[in-house]
Amino acid sequence: MRLGRIIGKVWATVKDPKLDGTTLYIMQPVNEADQPTGMPVVAVDTVGSGENDLVYWVGGGDATVPFEDRSIPSDVTIVGIVDHLETE
Amino acid sequence: MIIGKVIGNLVATQKHYSYQNKKLLLVKPIDLQDRKEKDVIIAVDTVDAGVGDKVLVMSEGNSTTEELGFERRQPLRSIVIAVIDHIEHHNASG
Repeated sequence: MRLGRIIGKVWATVKDPKLDGTTLYIMQPVNEADQPTGMPVVAVDTVGSGENDLVYWVGGGDATVPFEDRSIPSDVTIVGIVDHLETE
Repeated sequence: MIIGKVIGNLVATQKHYSYQNKKLLLVKPIDLQDRKEKDVIIAVDTVDAGVGDKVLVMSEGNSTTEELGFERRQPLRSIVIAVIDHIEHHNASG
């Protein structure tokens, strides 16, 4: 999993119904020093994140399986909101 | 697997259930010359690794969720599966 900072939001009414009930955020991948690493991406939120939150996410095939009952069409899914980060 | 160095840890209360009561470590991949490379990875600890330890990180969804004992696949990819005591190698050639 990796770190990301939420920098925006995307609204889309016409979309795959499996995305209903999720939020689409624009997320900037960051490193442990909160510096950008790579291009912003659109990420599916599953844990109630908000604007400017530092989050962690999972990509690729693992991004499609956040829900017990259904998979979702996503290759970047936010799976946790970082409260506290400690580095040496 | 890759070799990494544990550089810190991370606390998150609001998270996907598969991460409940699991320790999250910040691991910086290192190459065989101990040089830090690439971006930090967040990995679930399964061997009680601490900051400063050199560790082995496995990053594959299926094997990871099986290793953690889930029946079905979870949105969880990287886990620390070993603390490295010692590494011996000659330069990778080719």
